[in-house]
Amino acid sequence: MSDEKKPGLRSPFRRKLLMGMAALPAISMLPRTAFAEAPATSAVNTTGLAVTDSEVTVGILHSVTGTMAISETGSVEAEKLAIEQINAAGGVLGRKIKFIQEDGASDWPTFAEKAKKLLVNDKCAAVMGCWTSASRKAVLPVFEQYNGMLYYPTFYEGLEQSKNVIYTGQEATQQIIAGLDWVNKTKGAKTFYLLGSDYIWPRTSNKIARKHIEGHLQGAKVVGEEYFPLGHTQFNSVINKIKLTKPDVIYAIIVGGSNVAFYKQLKAAGIDLSKQTLLTISVTEDEIDGIGGENIAGAYACMKYFQSLDNPNNKAFVTAFKKMWGEKTVIGDVTQAAYLGPWLWKLTVEKAGSFDIDKVAAASPGVEFKGAPEGYVRVHENHHLWSKTRVGRAKTDGQYELIYETADLVEPDPFPKGYQ
Amino acid sequence: MFGDYSLSDLGAIFAMQGFAGLILFSVYVLMALGLAIIFGQMGVINMAHGEFMILGAYVTWMTSSAFQQYLPSLFPGYFFIAMSLAFIASGALGMLVEWALIRHLYKRPLDTLLATWGLSLILQQAYRSVFGAREVGVELPEWMMGSKQVTDTIEVPINGIFVMGLTVLITLAVAYILVFSRWGKQVRAVVQNRVMAGAVGINTEKVDRYTFGLGCGIAGVAGSAFTMIGSTGPTAGQLYIVDTFLVVVFGGAASLVGTIASAFTISQAQSTMEFFLSGSMAKVLTLLAIVAILMMRPQGLFALKVRK
Repeated sequence: MSDEKKPGLRSPFRRKLLMGMAALPAISMLPRTAFAEAPATSAVNTTGLAVTDSEVTVGILHSVTGTMAISETGSVEAEKLAIEQINAAGGVLGRKIKFIQEDGASDWPTFAEKAKKLLVNDKCAAVMGCWTSASRKAVLPVFEQYNGMLYYPTFYEGLEQSKNVIYTGQEATQQIIAGLDWVNKTKGAKTFYLLGSDYIWPRTSNKIARKHIEGHLQGAKVVGEEYFPLGHTQFNSVINKIKLTKPDVIYAIIVGGSNVAFYKQLKAAGIDLSKQTLLTISVTEDEIDGIGGENIAGAYACMKYFQSLDNPNNKAFVTAFKKMWGEKTVIGDVTQAAYLGPWLWKLTVEKAGSFDIDKVAAASPGVEFKGAPEGYVRVHENHHLWSKTRVGRAKTDGQYELIYETADLVEPDPFPKGYQ
Repeated sequence: MFGDYSLSDLGAIFAMQGFAGLILFSVYVLMALGLAIIFGQMGVINMAHGEFMILGAYVTWMTSSAFQQYLPSLFPGYFFIAMSLAFIASGALGMLVEWALIRHLYKRPLDTLLATWGLSLILQQAYRSVFGAREVGVELPEWMMGSKQVTDTIEVPINGIFVMGLTVLITLAVAYILVFSRWGKQVRAVVQNRVMAGAVGINTEKVDRYTFGLGCGIAGVAGSAFTMIGSTGPTAGQLYIVDTFLVVVFGGAASLVGTIASAFTISQAQSTMEFFLSGSMAKVLTLLAIVAILMMRPQGLFALKVRK
């Protein structure tokens, strides 16, 4: 290539381009005029978080590899959707949300390490993350030591409260008591057979269920209570026991791969869920995808959200979710709770007028989110959410049909008196 | 605990419980057969056994989806085609793995443990990338679901009968292949003395490859069958691997009869105790008993008498 052929500045096009570029600094001033109300960074960020004039960084910390990826994928998707929507609506205090995603890899020490990275290196203003109680327990000391803010989406066993965590899922009493009352009242259920996977959440939940059944339901009793190791795949023996005791209600808190085995074998053993009442608090639409709608049709689930909820918020949410992640994806209770995280954080930050963790934590109680797909929610003093509890019945297409919902919001009570 | 029940009720429950034990027995045998060939006959500690099973399960899922979409009229029979495809897919992958990885490690059997463990992680991530992290639901034809009413009170699950039949069939086939066929003799010759077997004209490389392929193929069939009773996800193979090794080691690694006997013992102990105790306790007691027995008989229940 010879030098003569290089047009250089002599090219009229090139010259025009350069002239155009002279206007660029003016363009960079545009956002500032567009978001004239955005307060100065020095005012909203006094503790050195990753907040600039145009951006704020949050973390997403879930397992996208390992056993828990099955469950946590939905949460990641919901959080990304929420962040995208918030950005499209102008961001938080005039700043776009940028997220850094880390993989907890279904390994609890890894969760703690990544949490530390997100807080110490990346200075995230908030972290949406964790799924299992074990992972939350692993990151809790990190969040408390480095003063971070965690939005935790899963329904869980309660018995925890922290300045540094907002629990967007239900704690155990919210999820359990209303469901038991309902099944007792409408089905006249007197005998309950409690089942669970063998770890803290099912055991604590069943303990609360047992206390409630024996203490608060007239003439009701527990006729069996059993736990199975995580990953257990053979349920024929317990199914025979259920056949022998003929309980009015099978109360099942089985999780993960065991779930699929349990419902398939229940069906194969000829237990017809249209006649035998089964109430679960661990099977969301996500799980039904793996179990198969035809294997669980007729079962009742008690939680706060179903994809089929008929309200304008939810319709918009489901449409947006499917548009972003595909027509076939389903949305379960936890996915919806994960979607609340970024929104609640945005509302809290704007209420506090600051990204500072202490101010956000202090401003959290009383924050209301009217656009929640589940309907109105409000943050309680104890950093859990006031929310309605609902009972749905599984259909063969893998969706729940809403059967019952509490008239009022149920108060979160992570340390229930008389249930411990 | 039986005070309140009538005699016929109890009889029915015990019959069904016995049947539950037999189903568990079949499941264990089916899980362990492939490994018994690979670990027992070839001495390769295949930690990726569960992932070969899940490959079979995914093949079944794909077949079922394909049939639903393109050949809905033939859907009731798709399962047999799915099982054959699962055998071919897992077997082919097995032969590929043997060629690429295992054949370099025959002189270092302990290293196969590490290599196949790595392989299992790679396969898990591959499934996750290809099929997604969520579990998939395999739809079964109507006739394979539900239960059969034997008497008024006794019901047996149809998929249980199916698994039992399949197990008997595959066990007989494997027994015939390994014990009576010419190829089976070659396999045993290679296992006992590789150099000598080569010297008398056996193509040891070929024998190794096909044996490994056969073991993986059977794992694929087992995975396919387990879509009826368990879950299909990227890491579902991990649910089976411990029990599988337990059965094979307890039975005496090199003995097919041992595998069957140990599957029978473990399954009966497990399902009986599960009935009287809770699921977790039953597992604890079963494992404790196995540890105790293996301390007394490290070679397992049945050991080949070989002069060392």
